[in-house]
Amino acid sequence: MAENAIDHLIRQFARLPGLGPRSARRLALHLLQRREVVLQPLLASLMSVAQSVRQCSICRNLDFGDPCSICADPKRETGSLCVVETLADLWALERSGSFRGRYHVLGGLLSALDNVRPEDLGIAALLERAGDPGVEEVVLALGATVDGQTTAHYLSDALAHTGVRITRLAHGVPVGGALEYLDDGTLSAAMRSRRPL
Amino acid sequence: MIEWRDQGLLLSVEPHGEGHAVAQVLTEAHGRHAGLVHGGASSRRAHELQPGAALSLSWRARLPDHLGTYTYELETPHAAFWLEDRRRLAGIASACAVATALPEREPMPGVYHGLCALLAALESEAWPAAYVMWELGVLSALGYGLALDRCVRTGATEGLAYVSPRTGAAVTAEAAGELAPKLLRLPGFLAGEGEFDDAAIAAGLKLTAHFLKRDAFGITHRDLPPARYRLADCFPAESALSAESDQEDSV
Repeated sequence: MAENAIDHLIRQFARLPGLGPRSARRLALHLLQRREVVLQPLLASLMSVAQSVRQCSICRNLDFGDPCSICADPKRETGSLCVVETLADLWALERSGSFRGRYHVLGGLLSALDNVRPEDLGIAALLERAGDPGVEEVVLALGATVDGQTTAHYLSDALAHTGVRITRLAHGVPVGGALEYLDDGTLSAAMRSRRPL
Repeated sequence: MIEWRDQGLLLSVEPHGEGHAVAQVLTEAHGRHAGLVHGGASSRRAHELQPGAALSLSWRARLPDHLGTYTYELETPHAAFWLEDRRRLAGIASACAVATALPEREPMPGVYHGLCALLAALESEAWPAAYVMWELGVLSALGYGLALDRCVRTGATEGLAYVSPRTGAAVTAEAAGELAPKLLRLPGFLAGEGEFDDAAIAAGLKLTAHFLKRDAFGITHRDLPPARYRLADCFPAESALSAESDQEDSV
């Protein structure tokens, strides 16, 4: 019985991103050998997250409350709305501390072949939020990929009637990037987006 | 071990496992060909593997039927030049999606060179006309070519105005008579006369969409790819790919 439970645990770990059967076995062994110090706190943390984390009904962020801490924060700018593809993008922007407005998580992108429809991406909710008289700008922070920019163009058209200012992130030379190592497309985008010093 | 080298245009990339990807590439000598790209789904390589990218490829497999693995060198990232241009970006995405209707591993150098020419033509304002002509070339390569050179009823080579949605044959306005409302409009630039304004491009896209939907994709019970519908939406004059065209089948 105990052996089956351990095998089951290893199988569950092996399904996680970045882990295979070998690393899953190491992880299970590590937890079982350090029950008090690692396993019990991890278990409590997982239980807490499983019971408390929910999706924000406004922006689709994951947090302990609904609305999430970002939507509920009165110090955040209400006039700026930043549209991101995934929660990971939201976290990345929050880490940078470069945006003090609120977010809208699409949860995917319009794809050339996959039948991802606008209604699958919560675009109706975004249009409703952008129609709020307090919203002045919508930042389309989507990837510089074909699908990302296709979605950005679609959103730009869909948001046109709201009258809000629509902006997107710049494309070009990354900080610390040497020009000789950049691909032609990035260099071309950087040159098109040049601005006076 | 089997190995070949070729030039290709990337059509699509699907994640495979955690860091790998299966790439569909339209190659010059090997047709539409899939292969595994190790690390193809990683953030380091994702920017290179965008639809429309011209690649210098090497494919290896133990047996011919195997999926095999691709190694590549990026030649031209076509889409990267047009990310800010809604119509051209939609054109690239649509062309790559439409090319997935081609049979696998069947060389179609005409379609490949046509797509290369189309991607090069994106620099010019005439690219939408080149796009419609490329789709006609795809239909022709698949065996569903349209007869647009003369009127199927009178033999006239001038004044061609409509195409039968059933047979794909052109007719003049006079020959169409009262059937005209049930026929697909043939834009002037496909008949060797007239401008390629938005309305003409929309008519051309509607024409090719009807036959792509019915013959190229319909044969495998697939709808047109979403990217193809989005391209039609960029030319709104006659963009509706509605049930109207389905009703025209009786003509």
